[in-house]
Amino acid sequence: MNAVEIRGLSHRYGSGPTALTVLHGLDLVIPAGEIVLLTGPSGSGKTTLLTLIGALRAVQAGSCRVLQQELAQADERTRVALRRRIGFIFQHHNLLGFLTARDNVAMALELAPDLEEAERLARAEAMLAAVGLADKAHAYPAVLSGGQRQRVAIARALVHEPGLILADEPTAALDSKTGHETMVLLQRLAKEFGRTVFIVTHDPRIRDIADRIVAMEDGRLVEPAAT
Amino acid sequence: MNELAPPGRRTAPAPAVASLAAPAPLPGGPGLRLPFRLAWRQLRHEPARLAAALSGVVFATLLIFMQIGFMNALFDSAVLVHNSLRAELFLMHRTTEALWRSASFPRARLAQALAVPEVERVVPLYVANVPWKNPENGLNRTLLLFGVDPNARLLGFDGLDDAAWAAITRPDAILFDARGKPEFGPIQHLLADGPFFGELNRKRVEVAGTFGLGATFSSESNAIASEATFWRLVPGRTPGQVDLGAIVLKPGADVASVKRSLAALLPDDVVVFTRAELARFERDYWANVAPIGFIFGLGVAIGLVVGCVIVYQILFSDISRHIGEYATLKAMGFTNGYLARVVMSAALILAVLGFIPGLLLSLGLYEIASARIFIPLHMTISRASFVFALIFVMCVVSGLIAIRKLRDADPADMFR
Repeated sequence: MNAVEIRGLSHRYGSGPTALTVLHGLDLVIPAGEIVLLTGPSGSGKTTLLTLIGALRAVQAGSCRVLQQELAQADERTRVALRRRIGFIFQHHNLLGFLTARDNVAMALELAPDLEEAERLARAEAMLAAVGLADKAHAYPAVLSGGQRQRVAIARALVHEPGLILADEPTAALDSKTGHETMVLLQRLAKEFGRTVFIVTHDPRIRDIADRIVAMEDGRLVEPAAT
Repeated sequence: MNELAPPGRRTAPAPAVASLAAPAPLPGGPGLRLPFRLAWRQLRHEPARLAAALSGVVFATLLIFMQIGFMNALFDSAVLVHNSLRAELFLMHRTTEALWRSASFPRARLAQALAVPEVERVVPLYVANVPWKNPENGLNRTLLLFGVDPNARLLGFDGLDDAAWAAITRPDAILFDARGKPEFGPIQHLLADGPFFGELNRKRVEVAGTFGLGATFSSESNAIASEATFWRLVPGRTPGQVDLGAIVLKPGADVASVKRSLAALLPDDVVVFTRAELARFERDYWANVAPIGFIFGLGVAIGLVVGCVIVYQILFSDISRHIGEYATLKAMGFTNGYLARVVMSAALILAVLGFIPGLLLSLGLYEIASARIFIPLHMTISRASFVFALIFVMCVVSGLIAIRKLRDADPADMFR
């Protein structure tokens, strides 16, 4: 079973003579349970690929199947439904400042309206404990360190048992030691719960957590440079 | 060929596969409870901003309550006289706009009215604005003087008992409004020692008693005299020219049909009104002809617009400042509808939390206004409900405008 299957995926911004093609007929398969790192220089199209897989943009050409859902010609409703089955980790944690760590994590569960509130909070607390922040459940993001915030974000991305976790430069706002620790934690949890993870990064220090590394250059996938 | 072959290593235990296999259906309506709670948590997190937003709603509430309060006090007081007239039908000159500035008509019209069999009797009422000299400080102030036959018992103001009516059968005796503004002098205090003499329209009169009507928007105080006294006090007024003619019908007479008979019988220099029509006519004068109704209406509109702008500003800047958070929620799979519900919930919370202190403050101001300017302002359930409805709509409109800003929350922007 593959979490992601991409065939001939192209994407361009703008139209007419000024149109800028950023993806040139990509093919990529990510099997379920794998941790894949996507590297490449800025402007190589990594982030565009990530937003297409994350159903945040409409697919223009080619096929993009994510969690068995074809995204070519998918309407907004279908894409929103798919996004609920994906866990997102952003460059800047993007936690809600007015919610405690626990409530931030529980937000990911508010999309399942029949879930009991107590169950929601219990699962959020359990996930916070899994990222080592059991004692910070009632802290607001403003009082947490950068590493702690990113761990809350990881808990939020994992708590609703998503079929796929997408991360965009998750270590960019962290120092090298914290960044690595955070990614090792993500790796451990992903393996423990059997999650598929796709990380866009150009942080070479976290290559060791990946099962596989793919690289992009000028909108094409290339063999990664040897380390 | 860009495809990279997946490696053989597979580590996919059950949960992931289960999650992969079943495409979760998009739940229907996410309900209102959770968006409402999210909105409340967001507002609660910044008490200073919440207070600023609420002060805007409180201000709008207060402004609207005061405008509506004054407007209705105006209307109530304007028809106080009309509603206490003890007759069924009334004659007025065709060009009369309001009682206090009435055009008089020939008394003969009343005599003609007697020709209709159902008419029992007719009572002429004379009104004039005349200056009263404050017995304490000698300052003149205009009051509304009614001239009416004491035996007709036409006026139903408080305190007009047989003794009071009997007192003004004496020449140059008047009854004074005990609820008029205090600027007319301590009438009641002076009366404690018995009837006293004062100066009305530069003529000596005996204040023989009091009644209770109160200041209205057209008069600050009132007095009643017999017809003979009225004609003596107001030069140029003759018995032949009546300001308002009251027609008392025989018991059981059909008011509408008598009105039709009178209208057919009388020349068109007079119009015939029932009491309800007379009150409505007077009310319409204040609402439309005098621009006062318009001015108060404008005040209400300004209150609403100011409130709208403040609430919109708060909601809009809340969305702008939290645009990343809203985009994050969208990326997580929250729909525009869900987030719109969050914004609308915030608007409703502001409406309710701002209305309550606004209502309490208005009650206080009503008390102060009633005590200071002697025009009673009443808070009624229906008025409070009406103002709440206005505030509610105001906040909903602000919320709807602010929601457009949500479109700027593009989840794809979160990856950049």
